[in-house]
Amino acid sequence: MKLFEATGLSKRFGAQVVLQDITLAFAEGQLSGIMGPNGAGKTTCFNVLTGRYKPDRGSVRFAGEDITGLSPREIACKGVSRSFQIMNLFDDYTALDNVMVATPHVRKQGFNAWRDLGADSKARQLAASVLERVGLQGKENVQANSLSYGERRALEIGVALAAEPRILFLDEPTAGLGAEGTARLAALVKALKRQLTIVIIEHDMNFLFSLADQISVIHWGQVIAQGTPNELRQNEWVRRSNLGALA
Amino acid sequence: MQLSPGRAPLFPLPMVLTLVFLLSTPLWVTRVGLYQYLALEIMIWMLFALGYNLLLAFTGLPSFGHGAFFGAGAYAFGLLQLRVWPNLWFDLFGAVLVTAALGALVALFISHRRGIYYALLTIAFGQVFWFVANKWHTVTGGEDGLLNIKRLPADFGFFSFSLVSNDGLFYFCTIVFALVLIGLWRLIHSPLGRIFSAIKQNETRAAFVGYNVWLYKWLVFTISTAIAGLAGAMFAMAQQSAYPNVMSLHNSGFVVMMVLIGGGMVSFWGPLIGATFFILARDLLGAYTETWLLWYGLIFMAMVLFKPEGVAGAWQDWRAKVQRSKLTSASAAASARGAA
Repeated sequence: MKLFEATGLSKRFGAQVVLQDITLAFAEGQLSGIMGPNGAGKTTCFNVLTGRYKPDRGSVRFAGEDITGLSPREIACKGVSRSFQIMNLFDDYTALDNVMVATPHVRKQGFNAWRDLGADSKARQLAASVLERVGLQGKENVQANSLSYGERRALEIGVALAAEPRILFLDEPTAGLGAEGTARLAALVKALKRQLTIVIIEHDMNFLFSLADQISVIHWGQVIAQGTPNELRQNEWVRRSNLGALA
Repeated sequence: MQLSPGRAPLFPLPMVLTLVFLLSTPLWVTRVGLYQYLALEIMIWMLFALGYNLLLAFTGLPSFGHGAFFGAGAYAFGLLQLRVWPNLWFDLFGAVLVTAALGALVALFISHRRGIYYALLTIAFGQVFWFVANKWHTVTGGEDGLLNIKRLPADFGFFSFSLVSNDGLFYFCTIVFALVLIGLWRLIHSPLGRIFSAIKQNETRAAFVGYNVWLYKWLVFTISTAIAGLAGAMFAMAQQSAYPNVMSLHNSGFVVMMVLIGGGMVSFWGPLIGATFFILARDLLGAYTETWLLWYGLIFMAMVLFKPEGVAGAWQDWRAKVQRSKLTSASAAASARGAA
């Protein structure tokens, strides 16, 4: 059994069919990639998997449990975390606070109105260690909207990581980054690989083909190909489309 | 709003200054030509504005009908005293509970909203409250309101403290105010307060890291209305009556203006400055002209145009400037030494 399984997912917005009978499975400890052209339905797929949208049909199972139609909060609490393509940070908070508020340690005392969070050394340690994992040590007290673009990208992952997920969904983590930023982010994702299960949507094929254990190609709201990077290099559709050109 | 990182002081300087300022008023307030009741009223509005600011500035939820809950507290206090049990503790706690329950009920209908829709709904509910207070003659006394609300003694069992004089009521209310002030100061630094603020910044992300955003928004509204109810109950004691005007749209607007002018958006202490400024302006400008609100309104407009962060914002800017000039002069001195 795979850690995370989606079966027969369909989603439409009005007359537009965005997802059509999508079946995906992500094995524990693996790094899976999702690729496809713009507008293929990749982000919608993530949104359905993480509870932002309810699927019209199909089911989502995580660790053997049916999580179809649960709210983002409920899914997050079960150990599914995600980052966003368009950045979604707590902009007025420092990098440390962004990460701290996302930790289960703080979530568990979420209704405590008396304890000084600034004096909670465990919360600070947890948050600082997450920042270190995403390469933001030394930036603890910088306000999120004063960070550089690349640092904000890293913090975006940091916030998702702080929730101590079993599976981490990253939606185009390199969006808008230059070559150097992408390389740094690739190193970061590589370091996270094997620590937890990761699913990445990515446009940068070099990035994906060098990191992923398994890749699914989505086009027109359907999975049109699936396999290891090597298998996909042989895949006729991938070869013919410019998607495979870089690989 | 930025909180300084690290441990929060238990009794920060502005808190101490505020309480010393308030508690010292009996010594000097009449000498400067004012009167003790004014200090009492300022404090009551401070309390109302602080609770309101938890909602507006810390959680980013614009309620423009908050006067309704101030009024509900005043009416609840009066009704409990006149009809149920004339006991200060019972009436005071009862008023807070009743107002919180009303707030919790209203919050059920608005907590899935934000921004302008939230604001409009709060105005609508505020008007409902005002209308009920005006029309439900048999309970609220209609336009006359509730008269003859008494200042019952604070009975501690072993001794009893009379609140009949303005001084007595003032001391009692200051103690209650101080307790709420300390509680709110703790709250904004607590996990709960930090989550409120996270929700203000990004509701979506808060939900995706596992917070029940709706529940937190419901809770902050309820807490804020409970404090409004407490302030309202004190106001009923101060005025010895409760009348529809206390829950009018005007009153809802006043608290917004206090918070904004004082700088509540950038500082926890802003509402304290704003409430003082407003009540003083009312009395001092009001002594010269009936149209004082016009002048106050113009001050408000100028503030929003030129310094939307309010008095507290101006203060923060000034301090940052002083710090910068200190730094540059220090570095200039250092380089001068280096050159020598």
